[in-house]
Amino acid sequence: MRTLKYLLIKEFKQIFRNKAIIGIIMVMPMIQLLILPHAANYEVKNINLVVVDNDHSTYSRNLVSNITGSGYFQLTGNCQSFKQAFSEIEADKADLVLEIPANFEKDLIREQSQSLFIAVNAINGTKANLGASYLSRIIREYNNTLRAELLSVDKPASSRAIEITTANWFNPGLDYKSYMVPGILAILVTMVGGFLTALNIVKEKEVGTIEQINVTPIRKSQFILGKLIPFWILGNVVFTIGLTLSWLIYGIVPQGSLFVIYAFIAVYLVAILGFGLLVSTYSETQQQAMFIMFFFMMMFILLSGLFTSIDSMPGWAKALAHINPVTYIIEVFRMVILKGSGLKDILPQIAVISVGAVLLNTWAVRNYRKTV
Amino acid sequence: MSAIEVKGISKWYGKQKQIAVNSLTFEVKKGEVFGLIGPDGAGKTSLFRILTTLLLPDSGNARVDGLDVVKDFREIRNRIGYMPGRFSLYQDLTVEENLNFFATIFGTSIEENYNLIREIYIQLEPFKERRAGKLSGGMKQKLALCCALIHKPTVLFLDEPTTGVDPVSRKEFWEMLGRLKDQGITIMVSTPYMDEAAKCDRIALIQKGDILAIDTPENIINSFPEKLYRVQTEDTGRMLKILSEYSSGLYAYASGEYVHIAFNDNLISPQEITIVLREHISSEVSPEEIRPNIEDCFIHLLRA
Repeated sequence: MRTLKYLLIKEFKQIFRNKAIIGIIMVMPMIQLLILPHAANYEVKNINLVVVDNDHSTYSRNLVSNITGSGYFQLTGNCQSFKQAFSEIEADKADLVLEIPANFEKDLIREQSQSLFIAVNAINGTKANLGASYLSRIIREYNNTLRAELLSVDKPASSRAIEITTANWFNPGLDYKSYMVPGILAILVTMVGGFLTALNIVKEKEVGTIEQINVTPIRKSQFILGKLIPFWILGNVVFTIGLTLSWLIYGIVPQGSLFVIYAFIAVYLVAILGFGLLVSTYSETQQQAMFIMFFFMMMFILLSGLFTSIDSMPGWAKALAHINPVTYIIEVFRMVILKGSGLKDILPQIAVISVGAVLLNTWAVRNYRKTV
Repeated sequence: MSAIEVKGISKWYGKQKQIAVNSLTFEVKKGEVFGLIGPDGAGKTSLFRILTTLLLPDSGNARVDGLDVVKDFREIRNRIGYMPGRFSLYQDLTVEENLNFFATIFGTSIEENYNLIREIYIQLEPFKERRAGKLSGGMKQKLALCCALIHKPTVLFLDEPTTGVDPVSRKEFWEMLGRLKDQGITIMVSTPYMDEAAKCDRIALIQKGDILAIDTPENIINSFPEKLYRVQTEDTGRMLKILSEYSSGLYAYASGEYVHIAFNDNLISPQEITIVLREHISSEVSPEEIRPNIEDCFIHLLRA
């Protein structure tokens, strides 16, 4: 016990003397929380639209003003021909081209139908997809108003249609910030826990201090605990800072109990620290550890459902996402912070992470050899 | 009982089974200062790491303080002090914190064994609030020695403690080792400096994992079988060339500002060489007979 206590004292002294680490721990949450929720936004706005209006009628002008009035589109130009408009796409100045045929208004009234042509620049898949569907929706709505106008002249109110009303639960305004912030908190905890532990242990190898430690009666378990406990505490501190900041900046207050969140973090950090320890046992230098960690962090983040929905991933990616600890912490954070889930609701996640924690730590401890 | 007993210890590395330590057998008596003398890559560090339980030998067995280095590694770690060749204390902790740390993990305190380190620590005391990384080379080495001594080890392993240390600090360091020896601590020390060998009670000359000779420095020197001369010269290269081309009955090598000439058979006499050298180099050269030092013995053994 006395040895462990002294190992912890030593570790904290070293951490607090490392100005860079303290800076990272304080500044990283602030910057990430200030910048990312604004930038990582799925809403597609400012889609560049080029209109080829061959009709120049009241209808066509109304349609265009409806489109630009929606707020999603930016009219970057009017072209005389589709060929000209297409060169705008080629020059990457336009995302969408809407071609309105000649006699659009006349034929629509006389023949009851008319077609429009939309060309989409699909280099940016999300933008193209969403842009095209926004545009179709606006055109459909415009069509409905036209029909209402025209029909009301002849036969009033005979159109049958299913009207859909949607209510967005747990995030009524579909606010991306309250969706992103818990995710970013999860990434923060993971980074601090994983990176710092791995680098710290490898540093002892690189500097050679581990050689001196290894000839002392310090036991494997004491050394490992002496490394894990400080970073476990640090992980909790960073999370607390992050949570406070997201309350101060975005007014996000967990709907569920703080106890549930911290209970999950407690288990989660053990798993992530075990992972950091594991990486450190396979690396000889901090550079190696850094690259290995970076590789896994990339995978963890992209396969975690932070940016893209796991449900829309292919089967193998879904399987990977389910062995990714970050998936679970993001899930739990969103559940508890946005929805107010209780301990019982997140038991499956706790169970998975506990198994992971045991596996990772056992593997790491076995691989960590005192005799080099 | 010997302090260190090594029986047929071997260690090899890599797929090619490159030999680092080749079936070594020797003993170190209690209270002895035992020197491992050899160039870089001779296998000194591997041997140290085996004896300090950091490395498992591939064959053979060894005992330190009567304990097996493989089976009783835990108990050995309580009893030995090890100072690795590379400074490996915490650079971001102060002098005092480092010492305190090592005292605590050995379950002791600075006060308890202060008498053992007092003479060394007194020199460090003015800097005790300084981070270890900010100390000079000589000071770092003194601190490392203090940390290796703080738990009153019975055997002290010092791997090249004086490499990269200035001559004055080196001299001081060897004086300190002498005082530790007086306290009954067995010391095993390695060094690439031949002049330090004479300060050990016994030495082993090692090269490529093999022991070339093991004895007291005095005996090793006395067993040098050849006549040895030295010549002062300004053109070492030319003199060596002339000598090596002249006869196979002698060999010559540079040693500082001198060239040493050893005669390995009696067919050729020093007088003859003097004439040759005066003729080819300068009329002022005058070889003089000298008593060999450890380096000469080492070179002789390498040729054998």
